[in-house]
Amino acid sequence: MMLLSAYVAALRRDLLLVMRRKTEVLTALFFFVIVTTLLPLGIGPEPDLLRKIAPGAMWIAALLATLLGLQRLFAADHADGTLEQMALSPEPLSILVAGKITAHWLVCGLPLVLLAPVIGLQFDLPTDAIGVLMLSLLIGTPLLSLLGAIGAALTLGARGSALLVSLLVLPLYVPTLIFGAGAVESHIAGLGAAGHLYLLSALLVLAAAFAPWATTAALRISLE
Amino acid sequence: MQWASLSEFFAMGGYGFYVWGSFGVCAATMVAEPLLVRHRQKMAIRAIRQSQDL
Amino acid sequence: MINWFKFSAPSTFYPLAGKLIPIFWTLAALFAAVGLYIGFFVAPTDAQQGEGYRIIFIHVPASWMSMFIYCVMAFWALMGLTFQTRLSGMMSSALAPTGALFAFLSLWTGALWGKPMWGTWWVWDARLTSELILFFLYLGYMALHAAIDDPRRADRAGAVLSLVGVVNVPIIYFSVTWWNTLHQGASVSLTKSPSMASTMLWGMLLMALAFWAYTIAVALMRARSIMLEREGNTEWVKHLPDVKEAV
Repeated sequence: MMLLSAYVAALRRDLLLVMRRKTEVLTALFFFVIVTTLLPLGIGPEPDLLRKIAPGAMWIAALLATLLGLQRLFAADHADGTLEQMALSPEPLSILVAGKITAHWLVCGLPLVLLAPVIGLQFDLPTDAIGVLMLSLLIGTPLLSLLGAIGAALTLGARGSALLVSLLVLPLYVPTLIFGAGAVESHIAGLGAAGHLYLLSALLVLAAAFAPWATTAALRISLE
Repeated sequence: MQWASLSEFFAMGGYGFYVWGSFGVCAATMVAEPLLVRHRQKMAIRAIRQSQDL
Repeated sequence: MINWFKFSAPSTFYPLAGKLIPIFWTLAALFAAVGLYIGFFVAPTDAQQGEGYRIIFIHVPASWMSMFIYCVMAFWALMGLTFQTRLSGMMSSALAPTGALFAFLSLWTGALWGKPMWGTWWVWDARLTSELILFFLYLGYMALHAAIDDPRRADRAGAVLSLVGVVNVPIIYFSVTWWNTLHQGASVSLTKSPSMASTMLWGMLLMALAFWAYTIAVALMRARSIMLEREGNTEWVKHLPDVKEAV
């Protein structure tokens, strides 16, 4: 019970902070919309082509959008000393970190999932494919937040950390991108999305078990 | 031994550019790396000496 | 029982490495000489790929080494995080540039092989793609290490990153292979040549051993430099013959 309340407290605190600075929520969302809107303008309006690239394009846009907010995940708390207080608190730091990661997903990931159907219509995706896309994003975006948190924690206090986060995190994002976009593609190809979604879920379970732990280790190192 | 002459060896059956491009870059980088490390070693020693002289 | 921790002190490791370096250079030269001889003079011309296949003698060993070095880095990272030894982090950061070099060489030779055989410099083949991602993992490690000023912190942050990376490498490889089969990409395989003569295997093995000895020699040299840079004002460094005698 103690752990749960610590988790909820960390989650609520981060959400409250975000609600006071609404631009941060909107940055990721706008980025997602802008990229997916510019893409057809750059490539051409042929519906067949757009339908073909839609899963990959939307997944890449979602991936880059989550990357945008990553650097701020711990930076403010690190700067004002809150993070040190968290590390010293009697609650395990990994629980608090898990709360912060969840908050990041609720702010940067979940809005993308909810917005995906609208963007999917722009790309002329059939309704059932949009459903699969939302499902794959629903499983995949928490995975992006979890893996990204490791990168954000490692680059805390490093020079040029914004660029560094993307270099560290992008190789780790490869499997998520492949299975996420692949789920929609193989559904459209009539092969069924189940295999991809199962693999994506397995990765999510794995990351949920280990990423907060690795993030905590990285945070302790940068707090030394 | 399948090479009748030296020029045949360098031609590599028409694949000379690709084969020697691979082996050449490989050899060049593997010579350059130890030289760079040796330079680093010398710079480190020089820095220590300078700090001692001060 | 030998006290292994004694060797992990830089003051004992530095002279030991100094003795080992020439041995591994000699080994590297010997293995390379025999390996190149087999590769160019003993191994027969390939029925399908002519003489172009001889790139295999550096391409495959370079790929092997790039993966092997990453695992060794992760091993040192684990040692460093569990035993808090200074040497582990130095070894990890000494290995990273060489690992990146082999990943680069693997990509470079892959491109030079792909051009005459497949008609294109780059194919999104599962193996080449994974190698590219491995190259990025090396670059990430080096960039992170360079971006943190305090060397001890840089070592530990790098250790966490390389452990996360080594867990992810198999997952990345699996996902890329999966992606490759889904998209029916290049079906030509680089190494699965039908007439894989045993002389070819020997050549590759010897070249891999040469690269292995080269890696140890260079990594030890670099580890020595790192030690001098970090421990410049300690007593044992001041009394080193390398530092005392004039250049």
